[in-house]
Amino acid sequence: MKLGSALWALFGRDLSQAWAGGGGALLPMGFFVGAVTLAPLAIGTEIDRLLIAGPGVLWIALALATLLSAERLFQGELEDGSLDLLLLSGVPGYLWALVKALAHVVATGLPLVAVTPLLWMMLRLPFEGLPLAILALILGTISFQLIAAVAAALASGVRRGVLLIALIALPLFAPTAIFGAAACYAGVGLGGVTTGEGQTALLLLAALSLASVALCPFAAAAALKSAAE
Amino acid sequence: MTLLHPTTTATRGQISLAQLNVVDVSLKRGERWLAVGVSFQARPGELIDLRGANGTGKTTLLRALAGLTPKAEGSVTISQPDGAPIEQAGDAVHFLGHADGVKRNQAALGQLLFWAQFWDAPRAQAAVALAAVGLAGLEELPARSLSAGQRKRLALARLLLAFRPIWLLDEPTSALDTEGREVLGAMMRTHLDAGGLIVAASHEPLPLKPTRTIRFIAEPASGPAPDAEAMP
Repeated sequence: MKLGSALWALFGRDLSQAWAGGGGALLPMGFFVGAVTLAPLAIGTEIDRLLIAGPGVLWIALALATLLSAERLFQGELEDGSLDLLLLSGVPGYLWALVKALAHVVATGLPLVAVTPLLWMMLRLPFEGLPLAILALILGTISFQLIAAVAAALASGVRRGVLLIALIALPLFAPTAIFGAAACYAGVGLGGVTTGEGQTALLLLAALSLASVALCPFAAAAALKSAAE
Repeated sequence: MTLLHPTTTATRGQISLAQLNVVDVSLKRGERWLAVGVSFQARPGELIDLRGANGTGKTTLLRALAGLTPKAEGSVTISQPDGAPIEQAGDAVHFLGHADGVKRNQAALGQLLFWAQFWDAPRAQAAVALAAVGLAGLEELPARSLSAGQRKRLALARLLLAFRPIWLLDEPTSALDTEGREVLGAMMRTHLDAGGLIVAASHEPLPLKPTRTIRFIAEPASGPAPDAEAMP
C-alpha cells in the first residue's frame, strides 16, 4: 500500500463528502455569520463599544461554530462501518485521523476565515488589524478543529453527541481563545495588557496550533479504536 | 451467470495465500460470555460457516478475527501457508461487517474508486467490480438512491477491488435477492478457487456448501461454560 496516495485519496473523499448532500459544510458558516451579526444588535453600534467587544465576539463565535460541525467528523464513519475498514487498513490511526481532521479544517474551518473580512466591516473594526486577525483565525481554527476532533472521536458512539463534544472541547479551547483574541486585540490597538504585542500572542497561537496538530490525532485515533470495539 | 473476477491472482508484493489459525478464543461482551473456546484452522480454498441465531456471538467473533474487537482469551494468527506470520491483517483480510461501509452521499463508482486508490489497486477495477455485482449503469447514482440489496452489492464489489486472501463476511446474504445470492455465490466460488478462504457468519444457508460449519448456541447468561473456567 502506498501511504501517500491512500491518505491523499482519503483527503479528497472527505473534502467532497463534506460538501455533498446539501452543503452541510455551509451550516457552520451560516452560524458564524449569524452569531457575529447579532453582536452589534445586542451590544450597540457605537464604534468604541464594538472595538472592545468585536474581536472577542469573533472568537466565541468561531469556537461555537467549530463545535457545531465537529459531530459530523467521525460519527458517520463509525455508523456506516467505514471506520472498521480504516482501522483494518494498516494505515496508522494518527495519520488518517490527522488527514480527516485537516480535510475538515479545509472544508468547514477555512470558509469561516474567508467570511471574516465581511464581519470585520460589520463590527466596524479598523482595517489595519485585519491581516493579523486573519492569520490568527487561520491558526485558531486549526487548533480548535483538532481539539474538537478528539472530542468528536470520544463522543462518536453517542447519539446526538454535540453536547458531549462541547463539554469536552470547550475547556480545552481556553488557551487558543486567549491568545487568539489577544492577537486580534493587539491588531486593533488594544493589546499589551496581559500578553504584550500581537506578535507574541500570534507566536504562542502558532505553537498551540502545531501542538494540536502533533498531539490530537493520536488521542482521536485511540478513542476511535475503542469506539469501534 | 458468468463473473469476471478482476484480481484473481495477486500482483507483486501482495499476499496470495494465507491461513487463519484460531486457538481457544473466548469472547465476552460486558460480563456475558458470547463464545467460549472456539478453535479452528482455515486453509486456502476453505469456506467456514459460522452459524447461529442472533446474539450468539458470530459478529463479535468475526470482528475479533479481523482484530477489531479484543478477545477475552485465546489467539488469532494469520500466516502464510508455510507458517510465516502476516503481521498486518489489512494486507490479507477483506472485512464486510454488519455496517456495510457504504457512504450514502457518494456515487456508487466514486466509492469504489476511493477504495481502489486507498488500497493501491488499479482504478480500472472499480468499474469492473461494479459490473461484476450487477450494478452497471448505476455508476453515478449516490448510494442513498440505491435499494438495500443494491447497497449490499456495492459493498460486495469492494471485495473485488484488491485481492485479499481472507474474506470475513458478516451476514453476506442479507438483503440480497435471488440473483444477488447467485452473484455472491459466484464471487465466493471464484475466490475459493483462487486459493482464498472465507469465514462467513450467517443465520441462513450460504449460497455455497461450506467446508465446515461452526455452530453457535446461546450460552446461559449466568456464566462461562465449564470448559472455559478450566482455562488459565
